[in-house]
Amino acid sequence: MDPVIEIEDGAVSLGGRPVLRGISLSISKGEVVAVLGANGSGKSTLVRATMGLVPTRYGQVKLFGAPLEKFHGWKRIGFVPQRVTAAAGVPASVWEVVASGRLSRRPLLLPMRKADRAAVDDAIEAVGLAGKAKDGVSTLSGGQQQRALIARALAGQPDVFVLDEPTAGVDVASQQAFAQTLKVLVDRGATIVLVAHELGPMAPLISRTIVMRDGRVAYDGQPIASAHEVEHHHGHHHRDLHKPDSDYTPVVSSPIDHSSNREGRA
Amino acid sequence: MNIFAYDFMVRALLGALFTGLAAPAVGTYLVQRRLALMGDGIGHIAVTGVAIGLLTGTSPTITAVIAAVIGGVALEIIREKGRTSGDVALALLFYGGIAGGVMITGLAGKGAAALNSYLFGSITTISSMDVWITVALAAVVIVVAIGLSPQLFAVAQDHEFARVAGLNVRFYNVLVSVMAAVTVTVAMRTVGLLLVSALMVIPVATSQQLTRSFRTTLLLAMGLGTLASLGGVVTSAYVTVAPGATIVLLSLAGFVVAWPIGILVRRRQLLTAPFATEGDDEQDADHTVVPEAHDHEHGPDCGHRAIEHGDHVDYVHYGHRHAPHGSHYDEH
Repeated sequence: MDPVIEIEDGAVSLGGRPVLRGISLSISKGEVVAVLGANGSGKSTLVRATMGLVPTRYGQVKLFGAPLEKFHGWKRIGFVPQRVTAAAGVPASVWEVVASGRLSRRPLLLPMRKADRAAVDDAIEAVGLAGKAKDGVSTLSGGQQQRALIARALAGQPDVFVLDEPTAGVDVASQQAFAQTLKVLVDRGATIVLVAHELGPMAPLISRTIVMRDGRVAYDGQPIASAHEVEHHHGHHHRDLHKPDSDYTPVVSSPIDHSSNREGRA
Repeated sequence: MNIFAYDFMVRALLGALFTGLAAPAVGTYLVQRRLALMGDGIGHIAVTGVAIGLLTGTSPTITAVIAAVIGGVALEIIREKGRTSGDVALALLFYGGIAGGVMITGLAGKGAAALNSYLFGSITTISSMDVWITVALAAVVIVVAIGLSPQLFAVAQDHEFARVAGLNVRFYNVLVSVMAAVTVTVAMRTVGLLLVSALMVIPVATSQQLTRSFRTTLLLAMGLGTLASLGGVVTSAYVTVAPGATIVLLSLAGFVVAWPIGILVRRRQLLTAPFATEGDDEQDADHTVVPEAHDHEHGPDCGHRAIEHGDHVDYVHYGHRHAPHGSHYDEH
């Protein structure tokens, strides 16, 4: 199994306050991982630490087997940050925002090639914003802005997607559209890490769930629908946290996972 | 009177042309990062640089470039470390720069009058050496601002995404600061240090009234900046007015014209935009048929906000919620 994202005994402090402690996990190629947890449980920080956006105090983060500081294959990763707003101080069209997703594949100072433009058009098409490509992002609804950010990650044609609360504050129709886009990626064999509060229509796609609580991994295993399910059987599982990575086998079947096509690439 | 017959006018127009192109180009990135006043902060620091030039007898332009670059990088570091908010960091530079400038000018034995031509510009007394420095520096700024626009755009738009895309965010942020510092000193002779930020920001503010994309905002701002600065110089050739102030007032006039047009354009766009407000009042689902006629079917792309409501989806329609029910819509 090829590990895509690994953390070994990771800890993160923000402003002196410990936010993550004793995090060890490994995510392999082709997994579809949901990171659940309450507000302040550290689920976003976990994902941001793996992307190098917050420094780790202890431990080591590896992407595709390379330590974070030596990792250069960023074009293999499509990141969808938590949406504050897609709009900045100057207007920008949907096409321009999505086009910045191609930067990791474009050489410096050269104009976009045909393939770049095609990838941007395809990504916009995939999230259903084709008619809005020339509109300013600030004129879109929240759900549409979120879709534009997903298109931006798609445009780089990565094989790993890391999404931080992609459906927070997004209307149900957009959530369903997003779940469909996600399914296409899953069927293509993409590795997906998804931070969410509620899974909603995405639930059937998930192959593994990680639940964060108080900066620790409270659950890691078969998909479950929501973080609350873990609350009940949380006694003292802490010693289990350091179980070897090989203990984990990717889930090919589970009560709510009926996509048998995943068996082939596990 | 043929203004091109005078060498000093030709020099002034050349300086104005390049300043007018470069200042809004950098200004666009500053406005995008919501640092519109950064040019002003750097301008104040440059006052200290000019004063050091006056004190030591070296070219004030060179000392101003050095001081401005140091100030711009310092500002970026203070901002990035996040201990001081951006506007407080700016305030520190504002007052430190101007106080330092006045004090050092005093030490040099010159009155505040010596600073005046730098504070408010004196483009018609610009020497040919200064013109070439202005043109060369401005040309570099323009080439970088346009050549690296995809990277600079991405970093200013969303620095976290840019970082995960493998861009060196700190490098590009510092690059914008350095470009701003260079532009400030370049524009020092045209509009003066106290008004330079106006030429960086106002054309951008004007341009974005009318545009939807970043690229057109950038190019239109550069065009507007050039028009204003050439217009200001030409006006001051015929009427006895300060060119720097005229340039800034011309830019402002452009904004005053563009603003109502922008409001009209946006209002027209709003009519087709998705419904924005949330009618999240939880009422019981009565069977109240929507009285108005419907010329479309609500769906994911109808533009009306969709709200999950139990087992179905409501669509917000002019302040109330429509729930599909067979061939008609119910009020929810």
